[in-house]
Amino acid sequence: MRWGVLQFPGSCDERDALHACSLLGEARLVWHEERDLAGIDAVVVPGGFSYGDYLRAGAIARFSPAMEAVAELAADGGPVLGICNGFQVLCEAGLLPGALLLNEDLRFHCRQLDLLAEDGATLSIPAKHGEGRYYAPDDVLDELEANGQVAYRYAPGQNPNGSARDIAGVRNEAGNVVGLMPHPEHAVDPLTGSTDGLRVFKEIAAAGVPI
Amino acid sequence: MTVEVAKHRELGLTDSEFDLIVEKLGREPNDVELAMFSLLWSEHCAYKHSRKLLRRLPTEGERVVMGPGENAGAVDVGNGHAVAFKVESHNHPSAVEPFQGAATGVGGILRDVFALGARPIAILDSLRFGELDSVRSRHLLDGAVRGIGHYGNSIGVATVGGEVYFEGPYEHNCLVNAMCVGLAKTGDMVRAAAAGVGNAVVLMGASTGRDGIGGASVLASAELGDGDDAKRPTVQIGDPFEESKLLECCLELLEKGLLVSLQDLGAAGLTSSAGEMASAGGVGIDLDVAKVPLREADMEPFEIMVSESQERMLGVVEPAKVAEVLALCEKWQTGAAEIGVVTDSGHVRVLRGADVVGDMPVAALVDGCPLYDLEPAEPEGWIYGNRRTLADDASAEETLLALLSSPSVASKRWAFEQYDSVVGSRTVRRPESADAAVLQIPEAGNAIAVSIDGNGRRVACDPYAGTVEAVLECAQNLACVGGEPLGLTNCLNFGNPEKPIPAWQLDRAVNGLAESCEALGVPVVGGNVSLYNEGPEGPIYPTPVVGMVGELPDPASTCGNAFAREGDAIGLIGPFEPNLAGSELAKLRGELDVGLPQPDVPAVAAACATVRDAVRAGKLSSAHDVSDGGLACAIAECAIAGGIGCEVDLQPMRERGCSPVEALFGEGPGGFLLSGEREALDALGAMHVGEVGGTTIEFAAGDRSFTVGLDAVESAWRSLDSNLEPSA
Repeated sequence: MRWGVLQFPGSCDERDALHACSLLGEARLVWHEERDLAGIDAVVVPGGFSYGDYLRAGAIARFSPAMEAVAELAADGGPVLGICNGFQVLCEAGLLPGALLLNEDLRFHCRQLDLLAEDGATLSIPAKHGEGRYYAPDDVLDELEANGQVAYRYAPGQNPNGSARDIAGVRNEAGNVVGLMPHPEHAVDPLTGSTDGLRVFKEIAAAGVPI
Repeated sequence: MTVEVAKHRELGLTDSEFDLIVEKLGREPNDVELAMFSLLWSEHCAYKHSRKLLRRLPTEGERVVMGPGENAGAVDVGNGHAVAFKVESHNHPSAVEPFQGAATGVGGILRDVFALGARPIAILDSLRFGELDSVRSRHLLDGAVRGIGHYGNSIGVATVGGEVYFEGPYEHNCLVNAMCVGLAKTGDMVRAAAAGVGNAVVLMGASTGRDGIGGASVLASAELGDGDDAKRPTVQIGDPFEESKLLECCLELLEKGLLVSLQDLGAAGLTSSAGEMASAGGVGIDLDVAKVPLREADMEPFEIMVSESQERMLGVVEPAKVAEVLALCEKWQTGAAEIGVVTDSGHVRVLRGADVVGDMPVAALVDGCPLYDLEPAEPEGWIYGNRRTLADDASAEETLLALLSSPSVASKRWAFEQYDSVVGSRTVRRPESADAAVLQIPEAGNAIAVSIDGNGRRVACDPYAGTVEAVLECAQNLACVGGEPLGLTNCLNFGNPEKPIPAWQLDRAVNGLAESCEALGVPVVGGNVSLYNEGPEGPIYPTPVVGMVGELPDPASTCGNAFAREGDAIGLIGPFEPNLAGSELAKLRGELDVGLPQPDVPAVAAACATVRDAVRAGKLSSAHDVSDGGLACAIAECAIAGGIGCEVDLQPMRERGCSPVEALFGEGPGGFLLSGEREALDALGAMHVGEVGGTTIEFAAGDRSFTVGLDAVESAWRSLDSNLEPSA
C-alpha cells in the first residue's frame, strides 16, 4: 500500500500521519498544489489548520488542486481518510455528509478518550479540536445509521464536543471515504499513549472499493 | 529646543541619556534616530538595570552549543542534535489584552527558537494572576489560556507543561511567560550575526503595519496630529497561520543553506533586529524603508523602523542566492522583500529611496546605553499584606481539602486541556501525569524532560532562598522522570528596579540563581528580564521563572506521579525539612512574613541523583516532589492520579522534630515522595511512611489521625473545572 498524506499551508499533523502510514507501507507527503496522485493507493487528509481555517475550517482547502485529485481518487473507489481538519475538508468537499461545528462549550479540548468501533471494540485515541461537533439533520442521521455509515462513536459520557448521537466519525455510502475528529495517527506508539489508532488506518486501507 | 527635550523624556530617555546620544552622534538625533535610540536604550532591549547583575550567572558547560546573546540558548542532546530553548515574558501586553498578549507571546518565543534553525517541538507557560475571586483575574486567565491555545494549537507545536499561580500582588500586573523548546541538527544551526559586506538583507513574513508601535506611540501621536483617533493600539495582533508558513519557509531555507544568518523581529521590530545583527557581526547595515511591504502606504520611516507587527524575520543572504530565497518564500506563500545590504560602515543607515533619514553608529545604538547600578534596600518586613481565608479551628481534614482546592494547588486540567499536548508524536508524559514533561527524541535515540517553575510568594519571603528553591524544584521535577539537567533558561519578572525594594529583590534573586546553578553545574544558556511590573498597590511578588531541560537515555525508562500498585510502599527521601514559612497554608491563614530556611543545595542535588538513577533503573512505581501544600497534598495528588488510596504514618517526620501540621502541610525543597517495592525504597535509604491501597487516604501522625475519601480529595483538587465553568 502506497500512502499519500496531503500537506496544506497550515497543516499540523501531516508528519505524524506520514509516520503512522509508514508503519503500514510506503508513504509520502503530497503538496497541496500537486494535481497528480499517480502511484498513490490511499490518501490521508491530515489535521491542522489548512489555510489558517480562514472563512471556515476546511472551506479553502477543498478548492486546492490536490483535493480535486483526491475527489477523483475517491470516485474511483480509492481509500481516503480525513482526520480532524481533514474530516472538515472532506465534509466541505461534499465527499462526506454533515458538517463540523464549534464545540458545544466553545472551547478547544485535548484529551485521550475512548472511541467505539462498529464491532463494539474500544479504541483509546486522543481528540483535540475546537470545531468538532458533528451535525447533520435528523433524517440524514437516521439514514447514516440505517446505512451503517457511522464509523466511530464516542464512548458513553465521553463526547467532548456535543456531536449528534455521539458520532465521532462517518463514512460515505460506498465506504471508501472515512472521516473522524479524533487522531488515530497519535495512537500508533505505546510510548505516547496507545497503538489503537493503527486499526483505523488498517480499516481504511481495506476499504477501497473495486470499480 | 524645549519640544525636543520633552520628546526624549516622553520616550523614556533621561536628560543625561539624551546628552550622551548627542555626544555620540556629534549632533542632535532626528525623530527617526530618537525613536530608534529610545527603544534600543530601553530596559527591554538594553537591560540597563540588570545587565551587570546577569554577569554573575554561570553560562558555560560541556553541553552548551549556544549561550546567552543568541536568539535562544541551545544544548547538545547527542547524535549531532541540539535542543534550543528560551523563556520570555509578554506581561504588559497580556495585562491590556490577554488573548492577543498571550498569543503573540507564544508567537515571539517560537520565532526565537526557529531563528536558530531549530524546529519548535514544545511550549510551556508560566502564568500569574490575581486571586481567582476577582473578575479581572478570571478575565485575564480566560483570555491568556485561550490565546496560548489559539497560537500553539494552530501552529502545531505541543504545549506540554506549565504552571499557574493566583496571588493578590499580580491583580493589576499579570505575568505571561512562555517557553519554547526546539530541536535542530547542530551543524545546521545558524547565528544571528550579520556577515559578508555586500550581502542582501531580506525581510520575510507578514507586512509591516502600525500595530505595536509601543514606546514610540507618543511620537506617533505627535506626528499624526492631535485627537484621540491618532492613538494607535500598542498590543500586537498575532496570526499563527502566517507564522506557520514563515516557520516552514525559514527551516527549509536553512536546510538548503540559503541563509547566512537569521533573526526574528520582536520588541522594537526592525530597529532591534537590524541593530543587533549588525552589532553581533561587527558590520553596518543599510535599510531602505521604501522597500518594506506595508499594510498602510503612508507610514513614516520611524513607524516602519519601530513597528512590532508580528510574524516577521530578517535574513542575510548572499546576492547570488536572493532569487532562490524569494522563490522559496513564494512557495510557502509568505512575503519577502530585499530591503537592505550589509556594509562595512559600522553604521545603521535608514534610507527612504535615495534620502538618508537616519544614520547612527551601531556601537552607539546597540551597545552605547549606559548601564546602571541598583540602589537596593531590604524592606523592614512583609510588604504585601495578608488575607486569611481559612478558619483558625479548621481540622486537619478541612485544611487538606482547603489546600487542594486552593487555585494555585488545584489541578490545572481546565487550562491544559485547551492546549494540544500531543502533536509531533513526541509527548511521552503529558501535563500532570508526571512532574516534568517528557518528549522522545528518536533523532538522538533518547528523550528530554522539561519543567518550568517559580513560586513568587516564596521568593517574596526570601528572594535568595526562594530563587534557589525555584531552581531546585526544576531539578527535582526532572529527577522524578529520570532527567539530568543540561541547561537552564529564566525570566526575571520584577517590579521597578529604580526603587530600592524591587532592586534588592532582584539583586538577591540573581545571586540565588547564580549560586544554585553553579552548585548544580547547570549553565544558564539564555533568558529574559521583565521589570517595572507594578500595580497601584506596589510591585508584584518578585518572580524568577526558571525553565530547565534535561536528558533521559531512554524514553521508556521514565516515571509518572501516580500511585500504581496496591501494596507498594511509600517512602520519602531527600533533605526535606518542612516549615510553614511562605507555605500555601501560611497564605490561607494570613500568616505570611519574611524569611525562609536556607536550602542545602548539595544535599538536594545528591537526592536528585538518587531518584534519577532509581527511575532510570525502573525501580519506582511513582515519583513526585513535595511542593505546594506539603506532604499531605503531594500524597493526595499521587493517590488521585492513580485512582488508588493509601495509609500514611508521618510519625518518622515527627521524630525529626516536625509538628503534625508541619509534617502534613509544611513546605521546603528537597523532598521526594516515592512509591515502589519496599526493598527498592529501603535500598535508596527512603524513610518508610506508608502503603498504597484502598479507596481512602488515612493519615496518622503520632496520636493524631484522620481519614479522607479519595472522592473528596479529588473533587477538591478538581475544583477549578467547576469554578471556571459554572455551567458545566
